[in-house]
Amino acid sequence: MRALKQHPARIALVMLLLLAILAVTAPLVTPFGPESIDLVNRRAAPSLTHWFGTDELGRDVLTRTLFGARISLAIGLLSATITALVGVTVGAVSGYAGKWLDSILMRITDAMLSVPRLPLLMIAAAILEPSIPILILLVGLTGWMETARVVRAEFLSLTQRPFTEAARAAGARDSHIISRHLLPNAAAPAIVSATLAVGRGILLESVMSFFGVGVQPPNASWGNMLYQAQTTMSTEPWLALFPGMFIFTTVLSVNVLGEELSMNNAP
Amino acid sequence: MLRFVIRRLSQAIPLLLIISILIFALIHAAPGGPLEMFLANPNVRPEDIERLRVALGLDRPLPEQYLSWLRGFVTGEWGYSFTDGRPVLNRLLERLPATLELLGSAILIAALVALPLGVFGAVRRRSWVDRATTLVSFAGISLPIFWFGLVLQLVFAVGLGWLPSSGRTSFGAATALDRLRHVILPAIMLAAVHAAVWSRFLRSSMATALHERFVIAARGRGIAEWAVVWRHALRNALLPFVTVTVLDSAIMIAGAVVTESVFAWPGLGSLFTEALARRDYTVLMAFLMVTSTAVVLLNLLADILYRALDPRVAI
Repeated sequence: MRALKQHPARIALVMLLLLAILAVTAPLVTPFGPESIDLVNRRAAPSLTHWFGTDELGRDVLTRTLFGARISLAIGLLSATITALVGVTVGAVSGYAGKWLDSILMRITDAMLSVPRLPLLMIAAAILEPSIPILILLVGLTGWMETARVVRAEFLSLTQRPFTEAARAAGARDSHIISRHLLPNAAAPAIVSATLAVGRGILLESVMSFFGVGVQPPNASWGNMLYQAQTTMSTEPWLALFPGMFIFTTVLSVNVLGEELSMNNAP
Repeated sequence: MLRFVIRRLSQAIPLLLIISILIFALIHAAPGGPLEMFLANPNVRPEDIERLRVALGLDRPLPEQYLSWLRGFVTGEWGYSFTDGRPVLNRLLERLPATLELLGSAILIAALVALPLGVFGAVRRRSWVDRATTLVSFAGISLPIFWFGLVLQLVFAVGLGWLPSSGRTSFGAATALDRLRHVILPAIMLAAVHAAVWSRFLRSSMATALHERFVIAARGRGIAEWAVVWRHALRNALLPFVTVTVLDSAIMIAGAVVTESVFAWPGLGSLFTEALARRDYTVLMAFLMVTSTAVVLLNLLADILYRALDPRVAI
């Protein structure tokens, strides 16, 4: 209990690592296949053989939850990577170049921030026929705006600092100033917003799958497991309980980690 | 003040234009174009699709289509729904009251929960109530909101049977009490995340206000502690809180899509999911434009409110 009060971030990190290991080794640690159907044991309550019970086709819920972890984590991490790459690029260009390029990029950022993200993503996914790579791309490309703003603000203040002026006076080229002086200093806030983007990506995957425009069956993802569970929630609550708990714990851990990072980052 | 409002309004217009281009481009990025849904239907002949394309003006160059769409949008001609052929504007307007009722209730609940929690958290920092609030607010932003809604439904509607599980009224019994009972669960679901965020926000602005000189001065004059907290400090801490509330109400519109789907609430959100399932592009485009415009206008409102409530901001 004391460790929890003092080091919530450490616990969060352990939880995430544990989940990542379980996700990677899912085919080895689970005795069932994620799509192996057992029609005799349909809708079985949690037991010693099926820890999390079975679903309407007799598939093992624990196995599917762990296989779902692979997809959810992949979507969270990869979409956050795209978010970070686009956000840092837009923010850096905007903050360094300034003038008309800055105002154009910032107007686009404002516009993207004004369109509600979830409906936008749902329409885009429905139009483009959802697949996992497209989902990653869409979630990543609709989430970079906050990172861009943070990085731009950092760049604007950093370019006014003496060390940047000294470098420029010493004849350093723009590319050198950006890569050696500005980016390392702007990295910390960018990492914080990328961390939070992982959690948001996982939540968005689950909502989109819940509406049928995310990960498509028979692939298991936490979101589409909940989608399938919602009609029978009153009779087979375990179908909804476990994927929901996994989403919650994972996103909570990511957010705790992000909070801790931003606390360490604050001067 | 008037000049400020006019200046901000004139900044909003180019923003809305960029948004409209984004949304138009998105809908026309569909592989089969807006008529995609007919392509899959074997009963529709290719020449009929071609005729429809010409009739709807989809054969014209894209910039021309965009301009005529924009002109229509500004003048209130939003086209006709692909699903039932009725004007899109009417379909949205008839759903609007339900969504406003839901949003209003959710904002009320979130504010009523956040206000005491935020104030108490700032006054008694690191007390168990403060710690618990921190914990719950962290849980709030990490919760898959639709799952939370399903659990609410399962426990309070299906399990305990205290409240209805879906809809806006019972069939044939639309009394005030009945309507109130219907709105409670969806409003709680929509309010949960925002209550968590707002209470944290109020706590930090309250904590700042409590350390201001005028608060110390008020204490020094012997004013009772409750009056210092609720009259002096809170009045100043409320200013950023009101701004955040207005800004967040815009985000709530997107949350309404999920909430209305879980509780079968007949508002704009469920119109959106119905339109999405049928690829009803005219409705989808109008929905995105309306909600984005609402976000821009609420941002504007937050700016103006901030200026109106705090004379210090005016330069």
